[in-house]
Amino acid sequence: MSIFINDASKVIVQGMTGSEGTKHTRRMLASGTKIVGGVTPGKGGQVVDIDGHQLPVFNTVVEAMSATGANVSVVFVPPKFAKAAVIDAIDATMPLVVVITEGIPVHDSASFYAYSQLQGKTQIIGPNCPGLISPGTSNVGIIPADITGAGPIGLVSKSGTLTYQMMYELRDIGFSTAVGIGGDPVIGTTHIDCLRAFQDDPETTAIVMIGEIGGDAEERAAAFIAEYVTKPVVGYVAGFTAPEGKTMGHAGAIVSGSSGTAQGKKDALEAAGVKVGQTPSETARLLRAIMGR
Amino acid sequence: MDLFEYQARDIFEKHGVPVLAAAIATTADEAEKAATTIGGKVVVKAQVKVGGRGKAGGVKLAENPQDAREKAGAILGMDIKGHTVRTVMIAAAAPIEAEYYLSILLDRSNRTFLVMASVSGGMDIEEVARTAPEKLAKIPVSAVDGISLAKAQEIVAAAAFPADVAEQVANVLLKLWDVFQSEDATLVEVNPLVKTSDGKIIALDGKVTLDENADFRQPDHKTLVDLEAENPLEAAAKEKGLNYVKLDGQVGIIGNGAGLVMSTLDVVAYAGEKHGGVRPANFLDIGGGASAQIMADGLSIILGDVDVKSVFVNVFGGITACDAVANGIVQALELLGPKATKPIVVRLDGNNVVEGRAILAKAAHPLVEQADTMDGAANRAAELAAK
Repeated sequence: MSIFINDASKVIVQGMTGSEGTKHTRRMLASGTKIVGGVTPGKGGQVVDIDGHQLPVFNTVVEAMSATGANVSVVFVPPKFAKAAVIDAIDATMPLVVVITEGIPVHDSASFYAYSQLQGKTQIIGPNCPGLISPGTSNVGIIPADITGAGPIGLVSKSGTLTYQMMYELRDIGFSTAVGIGGDPVIGTTHIDCLRAFQDDPETTAIVMIGEIGGDAEERAAAFIAEYVTKPVVGYVAGFTAPEGKTMGHAGAIVSGSSGTAQGKKDALEAAGVKVGQTPSETARLLRAIMGR
Repeated sequence: MDLFEYQARDIFEKHGVPVLAAAIATTADEAEKAATTIGGKVVVKAQVKVGGRGKAGGVKLAENPQDAREKAGAILGMDIKGHTVRTVMIAAAAPIEAEYYLSILLDRSNRTFLVMASVSGGMDIEEVARTAPEKLAKIPVSAVDGISLAKAQEIVAAAAFPADVAEQVANVLLKLWDVFQSEDATLVEVNPLVKTSDGKIIALDGKVTLDENADFRQPDHKTLVDLEAENPLEAAAKEKGLNYVKLDGQVGIIGNGAGLVMSTLDVVAYAGEKHGGVRPANFLDIGGGASAQIMADGLSIILGDVDVKSVFVNVFGGITACDAVANGIVQALELLGPKATKPIVVRLDGNNVVEGRAILAKAAHPLVEQADTMDGAANRAAELAAK
């Protein structure tokens, strides 16, 4: 089992005909994802051959869905056109939209998130995220498929490379689903959404939660864990040495005032009974100890 | 990007928000001329991107142009919480009857926009927010609907603005929404918003933060960058398209992915506790590409930092292949030649790691040593920096 995606996931790629879109469509296909087509406005009717897969291109998401039965969209559209692409997917009532694009203006992401909430049928993951993978079953985004296989750990993280690092640390145990939710100030799916799904997923037996400075998502997640999650959770927070007021790459990873510090997040998680590691490796060891592995 | 007050004022004026006549000056001479042009009493205000300048003596009333010259002379060059005053704004003085507060911002926690409004504005607004939160109205604003006249009136009513200014304040709020939206701001704050003795509403001081992700559709915003305040290493890195932040430690850091690099800083600081308290010297994320050129650019910036005693290259190959990174390091060291003088600890894992480690082993550069784990590499880099 897994969360959000499974072997019935049929995926379309918005921006498939662009260089990033093509590159990652190839990688997703190679890792077993059922890619059923792509969307590029103005290129509808074309068929693209990617490693022997004949993939139809549509002008709109609604056309792609009715022709292919797609139920997941992954967005590789450049920042300038990303808002229109996500709105197109929401208008088509696509159930899950995974936005990989980095550098989307926050007015655009706030706008498409608010639009999705009004509509109430589309779940957005990202933007500025690596996507999600249920190893061996489906891989939507850019997470490398060869780090590890299927297993009982659920992982949720703001950061892409830390996701990969943690999957690598625990590669002998394996993952039900690893979700990179993205580090932008406005994201569609939160730590809490993933924690709830992992708690409800019978095949996930332990959860790793990776956070970083900025915002109060980890503090909220800690409160949610205390209230709802009975499975063991270990945590890691990046950004203890980040100075105040400096942006560290992720638009969201910025500390203002006393809220959003790494220490504040660690304290909140520990108060909720989550064991928090000093380094990614130590976090992995904490999980091993809990799981007896 | 945070703007100076005078930049915020100019943007307000452009969008029809009522502001007072003002000009900037970088010398006492210019301040005197500006005060003469404006006429009457003026206020001389230090331009620094930090709060509390009024309490630090950075805002003075001047009776006439000669007085403005003297006040500007005293304020220019002043240090306010580590920020040197290089510019002052000379603004017309206004007879103030009441001070209010208005802001529009991105509310990350609730993933929406938020307006905050209060009739108790001025220097102590944070105190008001803490001790009398009922005096600060907080109204969510949908990113889809924005602020309409009806919404503005709802906010004005919620904050209990007096009837004689309600219409003017609602109108200012509509203009501020225009600033917020059309300039891609994440914060627009007016404090104080004043009522003058003749009943006019004026934005007396403003803060604006702009979203750099929107630079592609905001070509004017690049003229607002404060080049003088940038650290020279940070400026050089920006020119090369590198995501670099200078810190105050001794271990230079290069990694891929913002989260992993932030984690690397922490792991180095943690390891450094055992080695005389050495700390990371910088944040540098080379992103997904990691070509030889990017690696060379990154290494040369870090090796150009006199504080750096050792370097830790920490790469997890996800999309990036470790052999490409290893080739990048080897070629970077060839490009740098004798300019490379500091020990470099490299930890590679992930995609094509065997090939990557073999390339570094074969090159056998005397400055480079490899480590198997992130924690081990951090410890070694800290140890080398402490020597």
